[in-house]
Amino acid sequence: MAEDILALIKENVIQGRVTRDDEGFDEGLVGQAGVSELAKEALAQGVSSQDIIKLGLSEGMDIVGQKFEAKKYYLPDMLASAKAVGAVMEILEPYLTRSNIKPKGKIIMATVKGDFHDIGKNIVSILLRGAGYMVKDLGNDIDPQVIVAAVREEKPQFLGLSALLTSTMLRMKDTIQALTEGGVRDKVKVIIGGVGTSEEFAQSIGADGYGADGFQAVRVVDKLNTSRKD
Amino acid sequence: MARQGVLVEPYHRLKLEQVEQLHRASLAILTDPGVICFNRQAAEVFGDHGADVLSINPGGAPCWLLKIPGTVITDAVQSAPKVVKLGARDENNCLILDGHEPRVRFASGSEANNWLDMDMEAFVSKRSPDTEVEFPVFKVEKGTVDRLARAACLCEHLDSWDSFLRTVNIQDDDITDDNKDVNKFFTSLNNTTKHVMSGLTELSQLSNVVRMAQTIAGGEDRLRENPIISFITCIVKSPLQLVDDTTQKAIEIARSGIPLVISSSPQGGSTAPIGEDGMVAQVNAEILVGIALTQLINKGTPVLYGSVPSRARMDDLCDTYGVPEFSQYNVDCVQMARYYGLPCYSTGGVSDVKVPGIQASVERLFSHILVALAGPQYIHYAFGLLERTNTFCPVQAVLDDAHIDMVKRFVRQPIVTADRISESLKQIRSVMGTPDKLYILFVRRALRSGEITLPYPFEGKDMVDEALFRAQNRMDEILSLPPSHIDKQVVDRVFQEVPGLLTRLRN
Repeated sequence: MAEDILALIKENVIQGRVTRDDEGFDEGLVGQAGVSELAKEALAQGVSSQDIIKLGLSEGMDIVGQKFEAKKYYLPDMLASAKAVGAVMEILEPYLTRSNIKPKGKIIMATVKGDFHDIGKNIVSILLRGAGYMVKDLGNDIDPQVIVAAVREEKPQFLGLSALLTSTMLRMKDTIQALTEGGVRDKVKVIIGGVGTSEEFAQSIGADGYGADGFQAVRVVDKLNTSRKD
Repeated sequence: MARQGVLVEPYHRLKLEQVEQLHRASLAILTDPGVICFNRQAAEVFGDHGADVLSINPGGAPCWLLKIPGTVITDAVQSAPKVVKLGARDENNCLILDGHEPRVRFASGSEANNWLDMDMEAFVSKRSPDTEVEFPVFKVEKGTVDRLARAACLCEHLDSWDSFLRTVNIQDDDITDDNKDVNKFFTSLNNTTKHVMSGLTELSQLSNVVRMAQTIAGGEDRLRENPIISFITCIVKSPLQLVDDTTQKAIEIARSGIPLVISSSPQGGSTAPIGEDGMVAQVNAEILVGIALTQLINKGTPVLYGSVPSRARMDDLCDTYGVPEFSQYNVDCVQMARYYGLPCYSTGGVSDVKVPGIQASVERLFSHILVALAGPQYIHYAFGLLERTNTFCPVQAVLDDAHIDMVKRFVRQPIVTADRISESLKQIRSVMGTPDKLYILFVRRALRSGEITLPYPFEGKDMVDEALFRAQNRMDEILSLPPSHIDKQVVDRVFQEVPGLLTRLRN
């Protein structure tokens, strides 16, 4: 029974379906339970949150990754699956807290002061959630002091900064400076991204990592996360 | 089921009034100065139907001046079918060409002498010897039966390539004028299940080619229902001269009932006026006289309005296909064909340069896009042609397939309906209620249905243009696929019934 519902969760992660109203990759799935309904049903049946994560979400995302690598899936398919994982992680959050199980990591995301572009940040947020991270999104046009306060309060392991404009990407440096002045720079790893940015720029402003796209951002965070634990 | 092509909302370069002016000018040309005719039978046929026929070369080659009244032309053209079916070995690949419907298909063309092979070679930088780059090098080969087979195989597997016109002139040592037609048609038919079109080298071979097509199609009646081959005849030597040999071929093909293209290819600036109006009036007159002849010979002959106007270069008087005038002439001719309700065999996608590259892409795309927008039923010359029409390059044909796929998407009619708008409004309202405000999840259905265009398939990843290299890889992949040969028993019958076929072509 547990195996059946976990297999369904995995399949719906692969299909990228959050609720029963969603289409999947294949035709004819509308009306069948999506991951949200299935995760609630699994918890009601007494399936552990660890099993849901390991046997449903992670195994499903592994296959999604393989399909993407094989060019059978495009970015929208990958994002749909990541959204499905994020939705289940939200449902599981109280269960994980209760069981004293910590998420993979916590990350604050923000588009820096003066910049209202948030498509890239939103896509990275979805992919990070899909990869098992807890993401707090502060939004766009965020003042450095607001970011410093959030780091102090939320105690994330990572801070993701985004900017589209060549003029506003310089505000990333101001934000990192504010973290230093606020005494929290060493508490958080800073990863940056955005059209005009680069690995060299990231190094020049003292960031810890750079993601050229959403997938690289997740890889960089994963790598920093591993070295943090080592 | 037939290949659908792409239905366009036609671009009208000419106003209706201008189309009618050009039509009247064409009819006026056919009465004054009239047409010089080197074919006795054609002169007699036009004479029998009311044309003034005057022998004009006493003592020399038989030759007549025909002054053909407009009504003779318009009445005859009126009897030409408005819908022509070009069949195919696989009937799903047949083409239904409706002269009133601007649905566009793309085909190859020419009978190029040269075949251009490409290879990637490594070059080392003189400035920094550690730097090595791959660069394409080209080799000109002659057209052969084997290369024609490879081109047909590419056609079979490239989805934008709707119909196969022989791409290269087969020049093997064992090919003669007498066996060229049967081997050219057999090689094409044996390597693609799409429609095969070609010119006829020797009139004496017409019956053999038709017998071969009947055997492959499944009999005389089946060939009539599903004409898997058609012929191109260029009966006019511009300006306004009916050639004896090709006119006789058109007469005999019309009698056979096989579809044929009446094509005319004057060159603006040398064999036709360079101005758009004069060029179009003349080429239209030349095509109309040919179509009229087919109908006077055999009323109802399925015929395509074949417009191939080009322009002369001003440095060497060779054809130039890359200039804007070429596309303008052709667009105008598409409108003329539509005025008569005749399916149009139009022209686009050629470039003047000898190798694939920037000039080749730019020049061919001008006409691929503009001529397609006009809505001809059939665009020939669209694949692989370089150096005007002297060279066929298979790698270029693979590039053209990708580009034409995009052109088809580019020119297709818009889909704006109440249902679609309602669906979009639902989407907008739904997305505005989400925190990330992204439409990206709604892309999935359109992505799967093929409605949206994917990135350029031969895009390089680094600071190098890899289009040619990637297109060549794609070509190699296709050519390694199993061929779509004709059933062995049918091939055996063809070899029994049709003389002149090379035994090495047996599967």
